[in-house]
Amino acid sequence: MTYIDAIREAQEKLLREDDRVFLYGQDIATFGGAFKATKGLAEQFPNRVFDAPISEDAMIGMAVGAAIEGMRPIVEMQFADFSSVAFNQIVNQAATHFYRTGMPIPITVRLPSGGTPGSGPFHSQSTEGIYAQYPGLVVLTPATVSDAYHMLLDGVALDDPVIYCEHKFLYRWLKAKSINGDHLPIGQARITRPGKHATVVAYSAMVHEAVRAAERLQQDGWEIEVVDLRSVKPLDLDTILASVARTGRLLAVGEAFPWGGVTAEVVARVTEEGFHLLDAPPQRLNARDTPVPYHPKLWAAHRPTPESICEALRKLLSF
Amino acid sequence: MQSFADGVVMNRDFLRSVFQSMLRARILENKLSSLYKAGKIVGGVYLGRGQEAVSATLGTALIQGTDFFAPLIRDQAGRTAFGEPMIDCTRTYLGSVEGPMRGRDGNIHRGRPEMGMPAMISHLGAQVPVIAGMLFAKRLQGTLAGRVGATCIGDGATSTGAFHEGLNLAAVERLPMVVVVGNNQFAYSTPNHRQFACADLVEKARGYGIGGFSVDGTDLLACASVIGEAVRRAREGGGPQLVVAHLLRLSGHGEHDDGSYVPAEIRGGHYGRDCIEVAMRQLVENNHATVDEILAWQDEFSDEVQRAVAQAQQEAVPDPYHEDWTALATRFPLSESISQSIAQ
Repeated sequence: MTYIDAIREAQEKLLREDDRVFLYGQDIATFGGAFKATKGLAEQFPNRVFDAPISEDAMIGMAVGAAIEGMRPIVEMQFADFSSVAFNQIVNQAATHFYRTGMPIPITVRLPSGGTPGSGPFHSQSTEGIYAQYPGLVVLTPATVSDAYHMLLDGVALDDPVIYCEHKFLYRWLKAKSINGDHLPIGQARITRPGKHATVVAYSAMVHEAVRAAERLQQDGWEIEVVDLRSVKPLDLDTILASVARTGRLLAVGEAFPWGGVTAEVVARVTEEGFHLLDAPPQRLNARDTPVPYHPKLWAAHRPTPESICEALRKLLSF
Repeated sequence: MQSFADGVVMNRDFLRSVFQSMLRARILENKLSSLYKAGKIVGGVYLGRGQEAVSATLGTALIQGTDFFAPLIRDQAGRTAFGEPMIDCTRTYLGSVEGPMRGRDGNIHRGRPEMGMPAMISHLGAQVPVIAGMLFAKRLQGTLAGRVGATCIGDGATSTGAFHEGLNLAAVERLPMVVVVGNNQFAYSTPNHRQFACADLVEKARGYGIGGFSVDGTDLLACASVIGEAVRRAREGGGPQLVVAHLLRLSGHGEHDDGSYVPAEIRGGHYGRDCIEVAMRQLVENNHATVDEILAWQDEFSDEVQRAVAQAQQEAVPDPYHEDWTALATRFPLSESISQSIAQ
């Protein structure tokens, strides 16, 4: 089972078991979606899976209205990048609704996120940090097949608007024998790989790059702990601090642009609440501060890689 | 338009009801203006003066408890007609913790979504797809028949992407939706000729493949006929309807604004007339109401407004030390995965 199979399976299960769930997005009905995340679902569940016009703003506005009337819509943005068009409805309509009116808006917005070779500036973005900045949203970033499945089910079950960031690079590359996992709840991070010399906090596809980097450094005798955030909002600071308490060193890795964002938040909070735990200045590693480039050679050097993570870790370990 | 004149909405009770909502809103808003000028209201005050006939007609043509209505900035009259208690307004403007927004949002940014009246956000056009989604939910739930959703916007909002996307989506889904554009000739201070280039905004309806109506928004009888017909067509399966009401805002954008940019010839022109005065004349001339009745209503509504203001003024305002400072309904941390129980 692949990561995208898990997303499809979760949606199938939700459609089967919950009358309130419907799917809405561009090309998701007969065509089964640009990435086939809804393949066959329109046939299996007539009048539950709908093609949307190319109107991201209206798609989310519509989902909010449907949620007000008791539904649990799942909206697929064809690419996370295009959610910028829906930004107003997400952050101003959906995210403010519970605080303002007392009525929660249980919509789930699926964002095919992150880079793949050749995708270029407008089909590669990682927008989790932008949405996490706004109050009223839950932002999920599953890194495993099991999490892709269970966190989508868990996300739809929440009463709040959920931004579900699914990594396109993991869609077909990441496989697992089953979707059974450790069933951690949303809001709890996972120690993906235990270690004692440094902590790498990562999420989504960067968890796998961090593990690769950790395996390389193991050959030099370094034991690197990798923490998978799973959800960037809420942020499981307890697990991060516990890890930093063990290792004394922190590197936060993300695929998003470097100004602000999730890695900055992790470093800021650890510095604020765990300064005494740190044996070295906490480090961040992000994508470069340019649009995501098209050419695979440029793209591979734009995002963090096992090589650049190793380099950042060596610097961190040298203090 | 002639053929609508004998429709159900043109009856005496309907017109009296619309007028009462118009008058109630006008008296309430005059009071809000005074409170603002006396420094009693924090934040802006936005009035629907001059747009009451349009707004109240729509609110009256909708069925409370069945239909959906997303009012906008100048819809005090429509809110009143759709059943919003007056106290919701004064509580929200005065920051009472008892109001629907509990001091967390103010003035016209209020609603009761559980009663089919969502709370507007400031971003124009944004309520169009929300109403579409409410109707779409009812279709999925099998309870759409006989139901209508409506929203009001201004001429400025027709320039937004949200308006276009939302109306197009509603047209694609052929939802029973009515969008009423109150073209009051100025979006804040920007005149129509800097906002759009078509002769009449109703021309847009043809492009969306939906019904379109144009009406004199200062004329109660015309509004009742045209808006009533648009609501009827939507209710009977005719798909979305766009109504463009021509009028003039008889106040500034908000009470902080004197509207001095509106040229004298427009103020003194046809649409500069007060729809309340026109409606009064129409009711009296057609024997739908007497002058004495209207004066009695005026006294009754003035008392109502005084009571609603006095009550809201006496109520507690929010306490930052006891405020629940969370924007999420979910209380984290969760003890277990929700899907665990489902999966096993």
